[in-house]
Amino acid sequence: MLRKLAVELRQDILRIIAKAGSGHPGGSLSMVELLIGLFWYTLRHDPKRPDWPERDLFLLSKGHGCPALYTVMAHRGYFPREELLTLRRYPTRLQGHPERGSPPGVEMASGSLGQGLSMANGLALADRLDGRRRRIFCLMGDGEIQEGQVWEAAMTSHHHKLDAVCAIVDANQLQQNGPVKAIQDIEPLADKWRSFGWHAIEINGHDLQQVMDAYDEAGTIKGKPQAIVARTVKGKGVSFMELNPAWHGMAPKPEELERALAELQAVA
Amino acid sequence: MAELKPTRDGFGEGLLELGRTDPRVVALSGDLEDSARAVWFKNEFPDRFFSVGIAEQDMIGTAAGLAMAGKIPFACSFAQFVTGKALEQLRLAVCYQQLPVKIAGSHGGLSVGADGATAEALEEFTHMRSLPFMTVLVPCDALEAKKATLAAAAHPGPVFLRLGRSPVPVITKPQDPFVIGQARVPRDGADIALIACGTMVAQALSAAELLAKDGIQARVINLHTIKPIDRAAIVQAARDTGALVTAEEHTVVGGLGGAVAEVVVQEHPVPMKFIGVQDRFGTSGDPADLFKAFHLMPEDIAKAAKDVLQFKQHV
Repeated sequence: MLRKLAVELRQDILRIIAKAGSGHPGGSLSMVELLIGLFWYTLRHDPKRPDWPERDLFLLSKGHGCPALYTVMAHRGYFPREELLTLRRYPTRLQGHPERGSPPGVEMASGSLGQGLSMANGLALADRLDGRRRRIFCLMGDGEIQEGQVWEAAMTSHHHKLDAVCAIVDANQLQQNGPVKAIQDIEPLADKWRSFGWHAIEINGHDLQQVMDAYDEAGTIKGKPQAIVARTVKGKGVSFMELNPAWHGMAPKPEELERALAELQAVA
Repeated sequence: MAELKPTRDGFGEGLLELGRTDPRVVALSGDLEDSARAVWFKNEFPDRFFSVGIAEQDMIGTAAGLAMAGKIPFACSFAQFVTGKALEQLRLAVCYQQLPVKIAGSHGGLSVGADGATAEALEEFTHMRSLPFMTVLVPCDALEAKKATLAAAAHPGPVFLRLGRSPVPVITKPQDPFVIGQARVPRDGADIALIACGTMVAQALSAAELLAKDGIQARVINLHTIKPIDRAAIVQAARDTGALVTAEEHTVVGGLGGAVAEVVVQEHPVPMKFIGVQDRFGTSGDPADLFKAFHLMPEDIAKAAKDVLQFKQHV
């Protein structure tokens, strides 16, 4: 069932980017299972009450992946699926990069990389003061963590022992101008987090069971923030997009969309 | 002789009072809480003070997260480092998200003195006032700084507070009201208006004394809020006096003078002169020497006033 859902989500992601005429398919397709695990399994949330004070928080720090977030939110009932087709078209609530509260349930603005983890820490510090226990997930890209602020924040999470914070790295291997390895190597990724005092878990980010298990394991860790290094494939599910940097920020043309949808359908 | 006290002390007192009266108020600093006088709050409310290391970008992001959860965070640092290094975080995490994060920027202006150019914030009015939703406050003395701090906490959006390191004369009175966006007029006059903020209000008042000796009656406006700017007070001054001099301990590129000129040229054009730092960096020295070297003295303001009055007569 969830496998079929992953196909449908990928198809919708590509449809709305194609309709918008611009957007970031590669990094949206790589994070689909990571979001399914959160929005259908791990997160304590209520799509009908996006402002429920006790909800767990999902912060999308890699803002260019928002077509995936919007699609997941629509499928989960936060807003009507028809609205997905307004992506990036004025006037729309579905901004090219997320705007906080637009639509309700989008917890944080992003699009200037590297900022989400700091906000996750701030939310966790406030919750600790208020005696509130929420899990706070922050999804980042592997290129994104080249931003120095991420490591400033990583030190803050560790220093303040923010075990409510779980960072997820969508390690899809590519950034805008090529392989992360070629632009600026960030490995060894899991050991980097460990050396910053984090509990790190490395998984195949397209294996839903591993994803859900990792979220469960992270939830048991006390006194330490957790980092899930999810090994993924940029453009996952569409042969001509997979690991091809050209699909970082390009919308499929109609015939490309048809090919992609058919490929995905064949798997389902 | 007026009492001498740094505006950062007024901030520290205000923050401490807020700690006692509003449980939502928290504070953060990147190892500068002593300099920014947030250490008084830290000592009394250790659980509500967060050290984030020497990392201004993370500090602003963390403050934004605290605000997202309903807190009123004061992020305390040197004005230069917090507005310069964290400009992008202030733009996205704070202003775009319209969060009530308050930025206390100490060591603003040349009055940092001996530490020299790298710590002397001289461009932050320009940066801060260009951000949508940001409020920019520049209190003129410690008393006003305390009131500005309380007003900042009560304001629903982001606020930048410019504070100074060196003692400056207390020229306002305890009973003087402080309302964000409402300029004060500590001295009235009809020949020319001197519009100043921060430390330059006292300088402008001294300049007005000098001008009075030559029979020129200057109005002095304390424009403690650079944004939202008090358009009415500026237009009224332009209309009543027909000539303006602005004075700021800050670059003349896009600061207080620029903000005033944006109003004046559109609503009631009159001749203007800008007293301020003339598009250059600061340098090391005693603040008193620097004020002379950078032409921020009452004599400089008075001379600019006379120059602009000449121009007014030719219009």
